[in-house]
Amino acid sequence: MNQHSLVSISDLSKEKMLRLLEQARYFEEHPNHKILDGKVVGTLFFEPSTRTRLSFETAVNRLGGRIIGFADANTTSSSKGETLKDTIKMVSNYVDLIIMRHYLEGAARYAAEVTDIPVINAGDGANQHPSQTMLDLYSIYKTQGTLQGLTITLVGDLKYGRTVHSLIMAMKYFSPTFRFVACDELQMPKEYLKYCDEQGIDYSIHTDFSAEVINTSDIIYMTRVQRERFTDLAEYERVKDLYTLHNAMLDNSRDNLRILHPLPRVNEISPDVDDNPKAYYFNQARNGLYMRQALICDALQIAPDA
Amino acid sequence: MTTNKTSLAVAALRNGTVIDHIPADQLFKCVKILGVENLSNQLTIGNNLMSHKLGAKGIIKIADITFPEKVLNRVALVAPTAVVNIIRDYHVVEKRPVVLPQTVVGIVRCSNPKCITNNEPMATRFEVVDAESRTIRCHYCNHATTGAKADII
Ligand SMILES: [Zn+2]
Repeated sequence: MNQHSLVSISDLSKEKMLRLLEQARYFEEHPNHKILDGKVVGTLFFEPSTRTRLSFETAVNRLGGRIIGFADANTTSSSKGETLKDTIKMVSNYVDLIIMRHYLEGAARYAAEVTDIPVINAGDGANQHPSQTMLDLYSIYKTQGTLQGLTITLVGDLKYGRTVHSLIMAMKYFSPTFRFVACDELQMPKEYLKYCDEQGIDYSIHTDFSAEVINTSDIIYMTRVQRERFTDLAEYERVKDLYTLHNAMLDNSRDNLRILHPLPRVNEISPDVDDNPKAYYFNQARNGLYMRQALICDALQIAPDA
Repeated sequence: MTTNKTSLAVAALRNGTVIDHIPADQLFKCVKILGVENLSNQLTIGNNLMSHKLGAKGIIKIADITFPEKVLNRVALVAPTAVVNIIRDYHVVEKRPVVLPQTVVGIVRCSNPKCITNNEPMATRFEVVDAESRTIRCHYCNHATTGAKADII
């Protein structure tokens, strides 16, 4: 176990989060700082995720490091029945850092336990995806100038959306007010409501994506409502358009409001929002690059300005 | 004398360990947790015995053995009411309740089929997140379950 591994957002203290935000800002100003010279990073994607892999690999390349790895499990020995442990042990002989995506939940924790080199979790099933959460945090911080005391509205699939669950956990240090906007079938699970209660996080639950909710938000975080999440397809047909954001809905919103979305989107944000300066989801993806540069350097214990 | 038949049965053991006051529906999980089916020691298992506290209870008696406290405490996960009696020369020399440990390693199967522990030869590990309800959370995938529902390996 290497203590600089990043498996879950709950592994990060408030101080460390703030330090990572500052480092991401540094990389935004110096994206091509070659401080990974001589380092080899393994990107092990047991499940394909082109978006996340390209972001991590760009981060390593811009830092001047080298990459080995694979983009899906069919090309690895795990398809021949090798255990995850053995694959991790083998790769650990070659690289300085492992960035791993896996379809099984808890795989990243286990991988981090069986090796002495640091592991960054790039998503393990429905469980954790901490670099996504940190780039969300960076996007909020950058657009609002602070993380403190913001009103954040989460919309869409709050039941299965791991990004919104992790965001709640990450924001606990910063006295947020959350609005949970979803149909009954996809509302925030009880365990997260309980978490908010325990942490003293203010929240309210809405089934209407109303003007009142929109016009008092600092951040609106949209998520995909997927058909396969519904047990009752008639219910899906009934609600699928209720949680779509159109440009006209933003007419009386706050000047500082920004719209976030983890991407890819389907139809929950209408294309007419894209040209609104409050649309931030494409910039959000770019912020992922800087945040991942910060996470990689932290895992390797290399100071950004070295 | 108010000794009932059960306590007589306990006393009848010369040397060994008795785990008493197990809820009847959890008895065989306790047997599994302790792994006593693999022992060659004399073993008596009673179930659906009368109990004022539990209605129906189970009891496990194993001759000529002492378990580490850590092992006995695992029983608390499914049978928090269980009481351990250490018997020497027909006398109860020690009587104590079982205490739920902070972590539960290698005993419970995770209920999440997509959990790494169900797909890799490795020990499971749970943290007790709420002792009162005996809620345990998988150290790997974060799925929670309760002791009463726990699937014993
Ligand atoms: Zn699990």
